[in-house]
Amino acid sequence: MMVGLEHYLTVAAALFVIGIFGIFLNRKNVIVILMSIELILLAVNINFVAFSSYLGDLVGQVFTLFILTVAAAEAAIGLAILVVFFRNRGTIDVEDVNVMKG
Amino acid sequence: MISADFSTVLPELVLAIFAMGALMFGVYTGKDKVAPLIAWATAGVFLALALWIGLGGEGERTAFGGLFVDDPFARFAKVIMLVSASAVLIIGQDYMVRRDLLRFEYPVLMVLSVIGMMVMVSAGDLMSLYMGLELQSLALYVLASVRRDSVKSTEAGLKYFVLGALSSGLLLYGASLVYGFAGTTQFAGILSTLGNGVPLGLLFGLVFMLAGLAFKVSAAPFHMWTPDVYEGSPTPVTAFFATAPKVAAMGLLARLVHDAFGGIPADWTQVLAALSVVSMFLGAVAAIGQKDIKRLMAYSSIAHMGFALMGLASGTAEGVTAMLVYMAIYVTMNVGTFAFILSMERDGRPVTDIASLNMFSKTEPLKALALLVLMFSLAGVPPMVGFFGKFYVLKAAVDAGMTWLALAGAVASVIGAFYYLRIVFFMYFGKEGQGVESRMAPAQWAVMVAVAIIMVVGIVNLFGIQPMAAIAAEALVR
Repeated sequence: MMVGLEHYLTVAAALFVIGIFGIFLNRKNVIVILMSIELILLAVNINFVAFSSYLGDLVGQVFTLFILTVAAAEAAIGLAILVVFFRNRGTIDVEDVNVMKG
Repeated sequence: MISADFSTVLPELVLAIFAMGALMFGVYTGKDKVAPLIAWATAGVFLALALWIGLGGEGERTAFGGLFVDDPFARFAKVIMLVSASAVLIIGQDYMVRRDLLRFEYPVLMVLSVIGMMVMVSAGDLMSLYMGLELQSLALYVLASVRRDSVKSTEAGLKYFVLGALSSGLLLYGASLVYGFAGTTQFAGILSTLGNGVPLGLLFGLVFMLAGLAFKVSAAPFHMWTPDVYEGSPTPVTAFFATAPKVAAMGLLARLVHDAFGGIPADWTQVLAALSVVSMFLGAVAAIGQKDIKRLMAYSSIAHMGFALMGLASGTAEGVTAMLVYMAIYVTMNVGTFAFILSMERDGRPVTDIASLNMFSKTEPLKALALLVLMFSLAGVPPMVGFFGKFYVLKAAVDAGMTWLALAGAVASVIGAFYYLRIVFFMYFGKEGQGVESRMAPAQWAVMVAVAIIMVVGIVNLFGIQPMAAIAAEALVR
């Protein structure tokens, strides 16, 4: 069997959906949310690289490099905010992020 | 060539170098002791750049192979963002100093996010769109939690971060689909592929991108972060959130739908119209029960974004003009209102309780009058300037054949008027209670009174921004 574009897109779509559900259904820990965000960004990267190879166009891979860089910065900032939050609140359970009701 | 490219992005370049210089200066000299100096310098640089871009820019230029576009539309948005960011820095100064919050990172982060916004409104490619958006967002996440020792502020930062990252993910997934089905990331290239049929994947990509951007403009049903982030962040940061980033996200949205998807307006106008109706009604209804004025301003901004989206949803140059005029007016009103909210305190502690405004007109008649003008303008009561903003978007919707949308907008603005007028009622006819003191620095007072005067005097010709916005819209909608 040939592994074609649609297989890559299916994997990416599955990862993307898992990431979204990880954010909304997760009731335990904020770290899991950070992992879900990474999962979403990686799904996007798979999409870009698959399309790039399929189209024979390098721009998609350049875009992927940008996304990887930004994802690293985003994770760093997310963890930094989480550390400050933990110092104030003493917990990082999702259920305890509720000082303000919105 | 390369030197022409750099001269096109010179304002952004200057701002980036200033940000790094200010950071170095802050780190190697007195740290937070030099923070007020950096903050004033930043406000000055913002104003100087606004003058430079507003008076100096001419024609339409692209840089870096179409990644970056400098046209009248981008310049119009940039001037609004720079002036409002400068005004927010000036009105927040006193609050930050007295609450011991003015760290030197605050103005530097603000500069970085403004660079991101300038790239956003000048984006000519999905890549520059994403990089600008992230530069803006990452700086804003940190700004929201700038008050490190407060649970509320850090919680606001955390919520903003999680939902902001989610929205970036949605936007990126849409961008990857658009790239795959159009074969290019350039807006001009995407537009030219629309001629040979529109694949379903491209439409999916478009919808994902619209959803991601709807998060950024806080349009319902993607608004859930807004009230919490507005309430939890320090008030000067809230004032910033309510002004410049909204203009940038709206500008980016306008650029995306017209530059990249201008060939298929029927496919995105209905999405934007739906977002617009839901935002207007949710903003108007949900604000009624609020007791905290910062949360009230959050719902108010959701409703206002609904009106601005109505301009975009008409899909015409007239609609873009109306959106730009609306955003300029909205930003001005918000700067004035936040100048007042920043001054509310009791025994030296900030209060954000709406009930504390009871009988405020007895103690401070002039400020109460200025706030009355601002509230009438926010509600869209004629003859204040806010009414003309609403009038232009409603007219654009009617001219584009969306009478139902305009009618919905009129109903929503009547519902929304209730909570603005309630504040006025409290100030003039409320019952005696624990009052509020209003301590303002001279600059803050000047900004508030100036905005209130603009809201009354501007009805003559809106200071001529309407023709300028029309030129800006012509550059975008072809």
